[in-house]
Amino acid sequence: MAEAKKEHQLIVSVSPHIKSEETTSRIMWSVTASLLPATIMGAYFFGPRAIFTVAISIITAVLSEYIFQKVINKKTTVSDGSAVLTGLLLGMNLPPSVPFYIPIIGSFVAIVITKQLFGGLGFNVFNPALIGRAFLLISFPKLMTIWREPTAAFVQLDAKTTATPLGILKEEGVAKLMEVFGDKINLYTQLFVGHRAGSIGETSAIALLIGAVFLLYRGYISWHIPVSFLSTAAIIAWIFGGKGALFAGDPVVHLLSGGMLLGAFFMATDYVTCPSVKKGQILFGIGCGFLTMLIRLKGGYPEGVMFAILIMNCFSPLIDRGFKTKVFGAIKQTKEIKK
Amino acid sequence: MAAQTGKVNYIELITNGIVKENTIFKLALSLCPSIAVTNNLKNGVLMGVAVLFVQVMVNITISLMRKIIHPRIRLPIFMLVISGWVTITDMSMAAAVPDVYKQMGLYIQLIVAFASILARAEMFASKNRIAPSMADGIGMGIGFLFALTVISFFRELIGKGSVWGMPIVHTKPLLIMILPAGGFFAVGILMAFFNWIDVKFFKKGASAHH
Repeated sequence: MAEAKKEHQLIVSVSPHIKSEETTSRIMWSVTASLLPATIMGAYFFGPRAIFTVAISIITAVLSEYIFQKVINKKTTVSDGSAVLTGLLLGMNLPPSVPFYIPIIGSFVAIVITKQLFGGLGFNVFNPALIGRAFLLISFPKLMTIWREPTAAFVQLDAKTTATPLGILKEEGVAKLMEVFGDKINLYTQLFVGHRAGSIGETSAIALLIGAVFLLYRGYISWHIPVSFLSTAAIIAWIFGGKGALFAGDPVVHLLSGGMLLGAFFMATDYVTCPSVKKGQILFGIGCGFLTMLIRLKGGYPEGVMFAILIMNCFSPLIDRGFKTKVFGAIKQTKEIKK
Repeated sequence: MAAQTGKVNYIELITNGIVKENTIFKLALSLCPSIAVTNNLKNGVLMGVAVLFVQVMVNITISLMRKIIHPRIRLPIFMLVISGWVTITDMSMAAAVPDVYKQMGLYIQLIVAFASILARAEMFASKNRIAPSMADGIGMGIGFLFALTVISFFRELIGKGSVWGMPIVHTKPLLIMILPAGGFFAVGILMAFFNWIDVKFFKKGASAHH
């Protein structure tokens, strides 16, 4: 009897009624996995020092999240993977040969100040890993811009320091870049594979694209931000990137160098800090691309992806408000209705 | 607030400005100088002393004049009194400590626009006798001086590795702390810290009311 009664019971619950299999932790771990190819390429090119830097960054991120949440009596959320992801992203954004305390300070700032003090995951205004990096770049301007030449060999420990392609482009121009890399085809290939100076995880375009395709295929990120970001940057690079004449710039170099791909696919698309409306995401991407190229071509820094994304993060709530979706079934208030 | 008549608790008046209504950490007023001039301890302390002086003198003057100020024109009068005392401070500092004045002269002049000074003149000095007004001014001024000292001490220590110009820590300093962005970090973190102390040790159970 009891069983029959149960069958006729109506269950009343609040929406949403259709739930997805996805959980925050599953998405976080998938994004982390999608970043592994680029990290491995970074480790391959820059040696054990790069692995060490990334590892310290991740460990500090996880530890600071755990300790901070213990101290303020909050539920520990280390297992959702967001701290690991933040640590990994920060580590990938550091030059390979930084001293050990740099990733420690960066991860601490990223997790405690940017994320936890604002209320934890989902409440942070800015991308934690990028704030961590901005904090480091401003605090240690010299250490954060010592770039190592990729060696691709684990034996050669004291590699030469060199400038990044963007640094060369900024200081000495395209001619010098061609001189360093030989011809144009070689330049593109090297940039595509990642055989260049730069942050640990940003160099290898192919590895980043593999991760990005995985995320797009699984639907964890949508195309709106990366496509608008990259195309805006490419168009501006093409029109204004050349010396002297308009429409003489080289968009490929700009897209493949610096943190452009890493930023566009993995940092700008952070759920918490980008707009959630699709139209707004396109505007967000355009803003990121525009600011990046503005800083690269006219600013003091050779690279502008980080500051561009952080500046656009401020505008996310505003963009979301501007592109508010219509309530389903709501009638637009026109003059006729007002009568 | 102390009444016109009756016994006035001067100790409470003074500590009120330092702890309960600390200009920066509790009222979050006058944050501009707390970020602009606090990148080293010397500037922070001198600014604090200047504000303490102006606050006390303004409170005394307003209290003296409180019976003859017409309520309708009280704000212009307050501003005139404040700017008078600020001018005196400004010129004295320019004469006494010219090298420091070069760096922070502009901010000394900006004391005119400090919300905290005008607020005390309006809320306290214009309604109270001279002695309580002076005590209130001393309390608020010391509170401000204390806040600026703490902020600038930590910013100089972390950002430059020195205290009052003398190098103490010889590791690589966190440069951001002496830049404007670091000022926001320092003020925010110290504000959180002092409020935490307040809730943890002084308001047992009382925090539930807020």
